[in-house]
Amino acid sequence: MKCKEASPVLVIRVGDAFCKACFREYFVHKFRAMLGKNRAIYPGEKVLLALSGGPASSSMLRQVQEGLSRETAKKLRFIPGIIYVDEGAVCGQSLAEREETLLQMETILQASGFPYHLAHLEEVFDLPSSILQRVPHNPAGPKNSYKEAVEGFIRQQRQEEGGGPSLPERQIQEKLAEISMRDAPGMEGLAAPEARLLAAVRTEQLIRLFGSVKTLTAKEELLQTLRNHLILHTARAQGYSKAMMGDSCTRLAVKLLTNLSLGRGASLAMDTGFSDDRHGDVVVVRPMREYSAKEIAFYNHLFGVPTVFTPALDTKALEKASIHRVIERFLYRLQAEFPSTVSTVYRTGEKLSATPGDASPAAEPERCLLCLCALDTNVEDGSALQAILVSEQLSQQKLPAALPTERGCCPGAEEQRGCCMNTTAPGADFLPLLCYGCRLTIKDTTCLESLPLYVRAEAERRKRRAAMKLEIQEFLLEDEAVTPDES
Amino acid sequence: MPAPCSACGASLAALRRPKTGHALCRACFLAAFEEETHQAIVAGRLFRPGETVAIGASGGKDSTVLAHLLQLLDQRHGYGLRLLLLSVDEGIAGYRDASLAAVRRHQRRSGLPLHVVSYRQLYGWSMDRIARHLGPRNNCTFCGVFRRQALDRGALLMGADKIATGHNADDVAETVLMNFLRGDGGRLHRGAGTGPAGGEGAVPRCKPLRHAYEKEIVLYAYFQGLDYFSTECVYAPQAYRGYARTLLKELEAARPSAVADLGHSGERLSLRSDLRMPARGTCQRCGYVASQPLCKACVLLEGLDRGLPKLGIGKHRRLRDKLQDGQPLTQEERRHLGAPAEGEPPEEQEPRGELGTDEEPRLQGHVKELIIKPFAEGEITR
Repeated sequence: MKCKEASPVLVIRVGDAFCKACFREYFVHKFRAMLGKNRAIYPGEKVLLALSGGPASSSMLRQVQEGLSRETAKKLRFIPGIIYVDEGAVCGQSLAEREETLLQMETILQASGFPYHLAHLEEVFDLPSSILQRVPHNPAGPKNSYKEAVEGFIRQQRQEEGGGPSLPERQIQEKLAEISMRDAPGMEGLAAPEARLLAAVRTEQLIRLFGSVKTLTAKEELLQTLRNHLILHTARAQGYSKAMMGDSCTRLAVKLLTNLSLGRGASLAMDTGFSDDRHGDVVVVRPMREYSAKEIAFYNHLFGVPTVFTPALDTKALEKASIHRVIERFLYRLQAEFPSTVSTVYRTGEKLSATPGDASPAAEPERCLLCLCALDTNVEDGSALQAILVSEQLSQQKLPAALPTERGCCPGAEEQRGCCMNTTAPGADFLPLLCYGCRLTIKDTTCLESLPLYVRAEAERRKRRAAMKLEIQEFLLEDEAVTPDES
Repeated sequence: MPAPCSACGASLAALRRPKTGHALCRACFLAAFEEETHQAIVAGRLFRPGETVAIGASGGKDSTVLAHLLQLLDQRHGYGLRLLLLSVDEGIAGYRDASLAAVRRHQRRSGLPLHVVSYRQLYGWSMDRIARHLGPRNNCTFCGVFRRQALDRGALLMGADKIATGHNADDVAETVLMNFLRGDGGRLHRGAGTGPAGGEGAVPRCKPLRHAYEKEIVLYAYFQGLDYFSTECVYAPQAYRGYARTLLKELEAARPSAVADLGHSGERLSLRSDLRMPARGTCQRCGYVASQPLCKACVLLEGLDRGLPKLGIGKHRRLRDKLQDGQPLTQEERRHLGAPAEGEPPEEQEPRGELGTDEEPRLQGHVKELIIKPFAEGEITR
């Protein structure tokens, strides 16, 4: 008990009892300490908050609101925006249900006073293929230390307040809020009925895409990938240099074990660390990573943080339907018996490093087409990957000439070469472009033609480039300076 | 409706292999499994011609298949190895004696020389006796630590250059999960069981079957007609590894490739370079490999011999230091370390008629009077 005067209201861990005021202070302090310790967010930066409506991201929004509203010199200094992605089509919700959810979300979004963007997962089909390319990023002032940047900002603010029209914090926020409160990229310029038609087509495309994915595990992975791309696109288009995700400690522990089981051991540190810079210009940060789900739930309850429940892909799914589900159940059960399990797993995750031990620092590694992590598929002698390839080889004949194609899953594609390629498994030419984990996802996808255009276009581009490189392989010297768009 | 074998296309498939899901006939599966093991051995550069390899033989499915395969592949591909069987008798009635009988049957069939080392002989304590003092949990800690040393000592006695164990892909996957659940940075760094041939112990080790699914090993033994002993150790149900094993079964049900995927993840883990890792030294008492002043086996034995069996379990640094300085412990502290409560019967004598080894005479063991000589200078390689 910290203040020893008020009566305790909740217990976080054994021996840690808090009264309401002390808990609030503890909670708020953790958020600011996380940002301050990592010194990742520079003053004046535009930061995009990814709001899912769930407890953790809603709590994160509240912390940002609180942090920005303080009058002291210690207030948070970045410029926030919010994005909410509507995934209802994939999760089996009807249009009416989606509208209902959106209304609830809009209430919360408008109440925040920050500019917000409502995106629908369908917009994924209109993304540019540049999304899949890493943009090398030179931050404005890497030479300045963080401290100098902050001091400079404060000095600047004081000057503004001195001479000229002074704009208190509130008014700035209102001005920002006026500018394009509602943003639907790709829809501008279309008349209403056309827009609706396009939306319906896209929804159908989306449902078809997810329908062609055979396992729930792969569906979850694909959903996450597409969602991240959409958020990244919005951030880039609107000039945000950071994106904040609301992953809690509990969620990250589950994610660690899940990704281990999905073969993503190589990218664990980036997937769960505080900052994730795989895209280059937009850095993903996770400020909620030290909060357990329990703490967040208590905070939201005690301080009235609004949340909106939306069914997810695996809501009401069978227990053993997906890897994610299995791990989550397992971890929660084990936590009940060994209360330090979640925090131990999380701490183990902190011991990981983002750069592989044997990577040469100079060379830019080849990146996965979908998740943009460094490829981990070089076949090393005696490795598990090699053993799998050998097993696959030995278990099959040489590929037969032509198996009869099944009735095409893409109607209308039959006059051209069918998408479900006759001889090799579908997606065989995609696989070299993907990391181990994404390969498993694509292997579970039967109809690759239903993937969004940007994915296929970028894949083609990389394949052409690889073919080019193969042709001139003998003339290329080692450790050439890599051209900017080589990926 | 039976499907044709996807490898030869000629015969009807007799099984569906868990690792890839293909339907294969008996002959093709056996051939594929043997070839895969051979390739793993060659690609991993596990052996050198002329080496003497001690195969850790427990009588169970993994080591039986391993011994069979190594003998077969050595003949077929000319590895040039001298193979031996090395068995460890932990002293678990009803379990180990039955499995040792299976090892002896295998030895008679294969003609390979066999050597058995026992805990009682090496340390003066059998697992049954330890369990009587320790209780139902934490027995695997003792058994695992003691077995490692026992294998090394046995291998040195037999003049072996390498130890081959039958760890399979499921074991490796469970280990990766377990190390994460327990936050064992040191083990994760060392590869969590996925690392190349090398060793934490005195004698280099390798795991030729580490990419083989457990189910496929059983399939191989079944179709090859190999005889092995299969019962779970009586102390296993309470082991922590049981959780990881259950989890792995569920993961495999959700996605069959999860076993291999975990192996891949384990290989590709990269830890921060600024972490403090345990350094490799030697035990002050017996000379074995250790990262602390005393090796784990000596610490555990110390606890057992003093009637404080939990000395090596959990973190009791303060109490251990106290003991080291010769200070007496309070009743409370002794209870922490597992001392029996007041009024409990005195320590039982070992029943005389226990199955031990054939060759070695039985030795009374108190750690200070161990007749086993400590490791000599230079005996520990690499």
